[in-house]
Amino acid sequence: MITFENVSKTYPNGTAGLRNVNLTIHEGELVVIVGSSGAGKSTLLRSINRLNDISAGEIKVNGKSVTRATSSELRRIRRDIGMIFQSFNLVKRSTVLRNVLSGRVGYHSTFKTMFGLFPKEDVELSLHALERVNIREKAYIRSDQLSGGQQQRVSIARALAQEARIILADEPVASLDPLTTRQVMDDLKRINQEMNITTIINLHFIDLAREYATRIIGLRAGEVVFDGTPAEATDQVFAEIYGRPILQDELLGVGGVS
Amino acid sequence: MRSSLSQTSAHQPSSNAPLIDRYKRLATWLLFIFVLIACSIRTEVTPYQLVVGLPQMGSLLQEMFPPDWSYLPTIWGPMLETIQIAIMGTTIGGLLAIPVALLCAYNLTPNRWISIPMRMILNLVRTIPDLLFAAVFVAIFGIGPFAGMLALVFFSFGIIAKLTFEAIEAIDPGPLEAMTAVGANRIQLIIFGVMPQALPYFVSYFLYTFEVNVRAASVLGLVGAGGIGLLLDRALGLFRYDRASIIILLTLAIVLMIDYGSAVIRRKLL
Repeated sequence: MITFENVSKTYPNGTAGLRNVNLTIHEGELVVIVGSSGAGKSTLLRSINRLNDISAGEIKVNGKSVTRATSSELRRIRRDIGMIFQSFNLVKRSTVLRNVLSGRVGYHSTFKTMFGLFPKEDVELSLHALERVNIREKAYIRSDQLSGGQQQRVSIARALAQEARIILADEPVASLDPLTTRQVMDDLKRINQEMNITTIINLHFIDLAREYATRIIGLRAGEVVFDGTPAEATDQVFAEIYGRPILQDELLGVGGVS
Repeated sequence: MRSSLSQTSAHQPSSNAPLIDRYKRLATWLLFIFVLIACSIRTEVTPYQLVVGLPQMGSLLQEMFPPDWSYLPTIWGPMLETIQIAIMGTTIGGLLAIPVALLCAYNLTPNRWISIPMRMILNLVRTIPDLLFAAVFVAIFGIGPFAGMLALVFFSFGIIAKLTFEAIEAIDPGPLEAMTAVGANRIQLIIFGVMPQALPYFVSYFLYTFEVNVRAASVLGLVGAGGIGLLLDRALGLFRYDRASIIILLTLAIVLMIDYGSAVIRRKLL
């Protein structure tokens, strides 16, 4: 469970990232956060594992305060939260397996990880994670040999190898083509359902949001302006979130393939 | 005709700009030539000197030829020592450079109270030429290869740390963010996020510095810091130019070989 209590964020230049956000996200939910660019989607997501600090309020993950955590407590909390980025953020020169294994570092001493001494179970776990996203055969290939969609799946596997209970995905499909977008979203959805991993995804495609989410949160200028089921999120509602009618490029437009 | 031209240009102020530019360029050239002449007078560097020296150069070359091949077995040892000095100096300097490069890079050490003093130390080290280091260490530790090795430690440290920290600052920040997000501590972040990206650059700079060091080590002997330079100094002092030429030839061959080898490896790395 993730709770936001009166969370605000003001950037040093004075712009408000988040304004008095109160949210409770329950285990196993697949929450999609929507809003126009600059509405605070990334700020909200990144404040959960404190890649961004907040200015006021408190965020708790499973009852533990992220806001007040010491650096070692924070590392422990982060270990249980997988993160997926728009640009994949893999080490391109390293192999796929090493990238996935890097998700395990939080479980071991610095000394062991320095020399890459991961136990056999970790390698098994990582290979299994790659299997879940259907790219096990790529394990020993350098990451930059993979396509964008495959790289994003590696980063999902990294989150799985972490044995994360929460996955945060910040615009995971923004740099992918429509077909791979669907594959990556399907992977995220399947993992969410099969392993009951709480998943929070920032998206700007509203048809994808409706299709995959169990809950949609709309942000406008750092404020939560909508919080409801996909069925409740009508075009009218989206127009209100965006403050204008929906544009064509906010629809992926390959709906209903699966 | 002339007056009408100047009148039109007076009406268009913008056409004056190229004229001013031309004066500026002329002034720059005049200043440059003046400085050159002034330097030449102060240091007595004149074409005349070159002309007078030319026959001397010819006779020197004549004395260098043929090289004294029988001297070759004697200089193998010192040549090897020169390479060993370069290997030791580069390795120790390179290893010392790693932590300092990490502390200098703003993206890894956001605390300016640490990174800026570190950079200042680096700049200081790099302003001192290797021969000066060698001369100082010879005075401290006595004549011999140890002083030369130590000089190259400092020299390599300065170059490698500087180039490496600049390479570290240019790496993709994405993997660092990802490592932070999985709960890695600082050292784990460096091992998994920084090292795979920066290592090829580090190794390349290391090899480059090694090339430079082999050349530098060949002249360290001139100030008594070991290596082949000592023999070169002696040969020149005894006017044995045939021996000097074999030393120069051997050094040339070794340096070329090492340059070639390291260039091949570096090309494969990057």
